[in-house]
Amino acid sequence: MPLLELQINGVSRRLDVDPERSLLSVLRDDLDLTGAKYGCGEGQCGACTVLVDDRPTRSCLTKVASVAGRPLITIEGLERSGQLHPVQKAFAEADAMQCGYCTPGMIMESVALLRRQADPAAPEIVHALEGHICRCGTYDRIVRAVRRAAEATKGGTG
Amino acid sequence: MSGAPPPSGDRLTLEPERYELAAGPAYRFDVDRREFVKLLGGGLVVMVAAAAAPAQESGARGGGAGSPPREIAAWLHVAADGTVTAYTGKVEFGQDIRTSLTQAVADELRAPLPSIRLVMGDTDLTPFDQGTFGSRTTPFMAAQLRQVAAAARETLLDLAVAKWSVDRSALDAREGEVVHAPSGRALRFGELTQGQALVRTVAADPSPTPVSRWTVAGRSIPKVNARDIVTGRHRYTSDLTRPGLWHGRVLRPPAIGATLVSLDASGVDTKRVSVVHDGDFVGVSAPTAAEAALAAGQLKADWKTSPQPSDGQIFEYLKKTPPETRDGDGRGAGAQVSGSVAQARAAAPLRLEQSYTVAYIAHAPLEPRAALAEWRDGKLTVWTGTQRPFGVRTELAEAFRLSEEKVRVIVPDTGAGYGGKHTGEAAIEAARLARAAGHPVKLVWTREEEFAWAYFRPAGVIDVKSGARADGTLTAWEFHTYNCGASGIRTPYDVANQTVQFHPVRSPLRQGSYRALAATANHFARETHMDEVARAAGVDALEMRRRNLKDARVRAVLDAAAERFGWPPSRTPARGYGLAAGTEKGSYLATGAEVSIEPGGGVRVRRLVTAFECGAVVNPDHLRNQVEGAMVQGLGGALFEAVRFEDGLITTDRFSRYRVPRFSDVPELDVVLVDRPDLPSAGAGETPLVCVAPAIGNAIFDATGTRLRSLPLVPSGLPK
Ligand code: FES
Ligand code: FES
Repeated sequence: MPLLELQINGVSRRLDVDPERSLLSVLRDDLDLTGAKYGCGEGQCGACTVLVDDRPTRSCLTKVASVAGRPLITIEGLERSGQLHPVQKAFAEADAMQCGYCTPGMIMESVALLRRQADPAAPEIVHALEGHICRCGTYDRIVRAVRRAAEATKGGTG
Repeated sequence: MSGAPPPSGDRLTLEPERYELAAGPAYRFDVDRREFVKLLGGGLVVMVAAAAAPAQESGARGGGAGSPPREIAAWLHVAADGTVTAYTGKVEFGQDIRTSLTQAVADELRAPLPSIRLVMGDTDLTPFDQGTFGSRTTPFMAAQLRQVAAAARETLLDLAVAKWSVDRSALDAREGEVVHAPSGRALRFGELTQGQALVRTVAADPSPTPVSRWTVAGRSIPKVNARDIVTGRHRYTSDLTRPGLWHGRVLRPPAIGATLVSLDASGVDTKRVSVVHDGDFVGVSAPTAAEAALAAGQLKADWKTSPQPSDGQIFEYLKKTPPETRDGDGRGAGAQVSGSVAQARAAAPLRLEQSYTVAYIAHAPLEPRAALAEWRDGKLTVWTGTQRPFGVRTELAEAFRLSEEKVRVIVPDTGAGYGGKHTGEAAIEAARLARAAGHPVKLVWTREEEFAWAYFRPAGVIDVKSGARADGTLTAWEFHTYNCGASGIRTPYDVANQTVQFHPVRSPLRQGSYRALAATANHFARETHMDEVARAAGVDALEMRRRNLKDARVRAVLDAAAERFGWPPSRTPARGYGLAAGTEKGSYLATGAEVSIEPGGGVRVRRLVTAFECGAVVNPDHLRNQVEGAMVQGLGGALFEAVRFEDGLITTDRFSRYRVPRFSDVPELDVVLVDRPDLPSAGAGETPLVCVAPAIGNAIFDATGTRLRSLPLVPSGLPK
C-alpha cells in the first residue's frame, strides 16, 4: 500500500494504512489519538468531529485518503503550551458536560463556529450544533459555554 | 378487605425495584488487606467498617444486622507527601459523583480539594459495592466517605497531640494542616504521618459534619476532572489500549430468540484471525478492528428463529401473558388494598376508567458498551463501563469458572449509562475472545449492537380507575401496572379507598433498569389521570391536586413550581399548559410545561419548570445540571422515543431511526431548587424526569382537547 501523509495538529505523519479506512479509526486505533469518539458511525451524533482545513468534519464518514496532506486538528491539538483553548476553558468553567463523551466533538464544532463567526447568538449556536447529540442532555450548558467563549475571545483570537 | 393493608401490601411497598435487584453471591473471599496496605506504602490508612444500614449499599454481603462488622465500607490513605486517596466502589457515569464525593472528603478531612484523588470502581482496590444506581450514592456513599475522612482527621489530630504534647482542644485541622494556634505551630498532614505505616479501623458512627459547617460541599465547583475531558485526555474504556492488543467483533443473531444451527468459518483466514464458536456465541478477534470486522462478515452462520411479537401487539401481549413468577414467595404479586374501591366508586358522582401505555425505550448512552480483557497468569483483568463492577466480576467468575479473586474489573469513568449498563455482556464477550486469541482484546459494540442487544426500559400498561366527589376530591383509586415496574406506583394523594397492584410479566424483549425506572410510567399514568379527573370536575389542575394532598413536601414543590411557572397561566392561542407532581426515591418534584402547537400538527415544548427538593443540597450547580439533564432526557421518552421491533428484530437500530432530543428540542428550562438543609440529601440523578411526560401531555390536552395516553405522546406529530 502506498504511504499516506497526514498533517495532524501541525505534525506530519506517514502511515501505511488502507486508504478506504475511516479517518476516525486511523486516529483512534493507529495513532492513539482517542479524543475523537465513536458514537454512531453514520454522521448522526458528532462525537467524532475533527477539523479538516478548519472545517468541522465527521471523521467516521471520512475516508483517510481523502484528507491526506490537508491540515487536521483534533481535540488533542487545541491546547497551546499548557494553555487551554478558550472554548475548552469555557466548557470546563460552565460545567457543560456530564459524562463528557460528547464534549470533544462539541468543542471542535464550537471552535469551528467561532472561527467563522466570532460572536454567534444562541439560536446560531443551536443551529451549528444541531448535528451533535448529548445524551446526558447538557445542551443548555453547552450553548452557554460557547457564548462564554465568544465573550472571552472578543476582539482576540478564536 | 378494609382497614390496614394486608402483609402482601407491605411487601409491595418495601420491594426494591425489581430490575435493580442484584443479589450478592453466597460466598465471599476477603480482600487481603495487609497486601493492600503494603501496596500503599507509608502513611495513614483509615478504614470504616460498614454499619448495618449503609451496609445494604456497600460493604456487606450475607451477615445480618447482628453480625460483627467484618466488612469495610470505605477506606482512605494519607501519604507522606500529603496526597489523599479515597477508595470507593462507586463509578462515575456523568452524575458528577467523582466531584461530589471528593468534595465530601475534602470537607470532612479539611484538606484542599486538589490534594484528593478518588479511586473508583476497581474490584482489586476498592471496597465491595452493590453498584451505582438507585440514586443512592449521595445518601450513602457520601456519608461513608465523610466518616472515613472524619476518622482520618481525628487520627491526625491525635498524632499532633502526641507530637507536641498539647491540649487537643487547642488544635485545629484546616487546609491540609494541623494547626496549634497558641504556639503558631503547624504541620502538613503528610508530615504528621512521618512515613510510618499507620492503620486504623473505625466502627461506623454516622456523625458527619452538619450541613451548616460544610465548607467545600454545598458550593458549586467545576468537575474535578474537567480538564481531562475538555482536552480529550480522559480515557474511556473504548479509548484504552494494551501492548499486543487485538480487536474483537461478535456475530449477532438475526433476531431475538434465534439459536445457532451451524457455522461455517472456512472463509476466514485463521492464521490472522481467532474465531470463537461456543454454544450460541460466535465472535472473532484480529490485530486490527478492520480485520475483525472483515472476518465477521466472512462467517456463514445458520440460525433458527422462533415467532416473536412485534411492537404493534405488545400491549395486548403484556396484558395477556401470565404473571412472571420471580421467586418462591411471589414478590411483587400482592395487591395493596385499603378500604373498598368498588363501594366508593359506586357512590361517587365522578367515575373515570382509563388505560395508559409506555413503549420500550433505549438508553442509548453515547459511549456504547465496551470492554478490554486481558488474561495473564491465570488472572483475568477487564476494563469495562459498568454500573456494577463487583456484579460483573461475579458474572465473569461464573462464566469462566474462576474464583472471584482471579478476576479484576476496573471501571474507567464512563460515557454514561442511565441504568443501562448494569450487566457485563461486553466484558464476558471480550474475555472469551481474549482467552482464545492469547492477546488482550478490546470489544466496542457498534451503535447498532447497542440499540439491538442491550436491554431496554420496559414497556408497560397501566389501568386506572377512580372515583371522586363533584369537587374533585378523590374517594377511590385503583391502579394496576403491568410489566414496567413498581417504582412510584403509590400515589402521594390521600385517597381512603385504594387498590394498587404491580403485575410482573415475562417481557418478550430484554428489559432492565432505566433512569427513574417505572416511576416515569407510573407518574405518567397517575398525573395524566389526575388531570382527567380535574377536567371532569371542572376544577383547576393545581387546586385539584392541592385538594387531595396532605404531604407537605409534595405541596411545597407543587407550590414552588406553580409560582415560578405563573399558575394559573394566562391564555395564548395554540398554547397549552400542564402540571404534574410526585415523589420518588426520597425526592419531591413538580413540573409545569408549556407547549405550542405548530402548523402541521407538530408539538413544541416551550418551557419546563421543575421544582425539586432532595433534602440538603451538596453542590447546587451540579444538582441543577442533573435536574436539567433529566428533564431533557425525559423529553425524549415523552415526545418521540420508542423502540420498534418486528418479529424479534429491532428496527430502530441507529440514531437516524431512533430520535433522541437535540439542541433545538430543548425548551426553556427553569429549575427551582428547594433546599432543605435540615434533611439528609437524597440522590437526584433520576427523579427529576418523572413529571416531564405527564406535564407535557396535560399541556397538549389543554391546547388541543386531545387526550394522549401513550408514551411517546407524539412520535410523528399530533394524531390526525
Ligand atoms: S461517530 Fe461520527 S457522527 Fe457519530
Ligand atoms: S455529557 Fe454525556 S453525552 Fe454529553
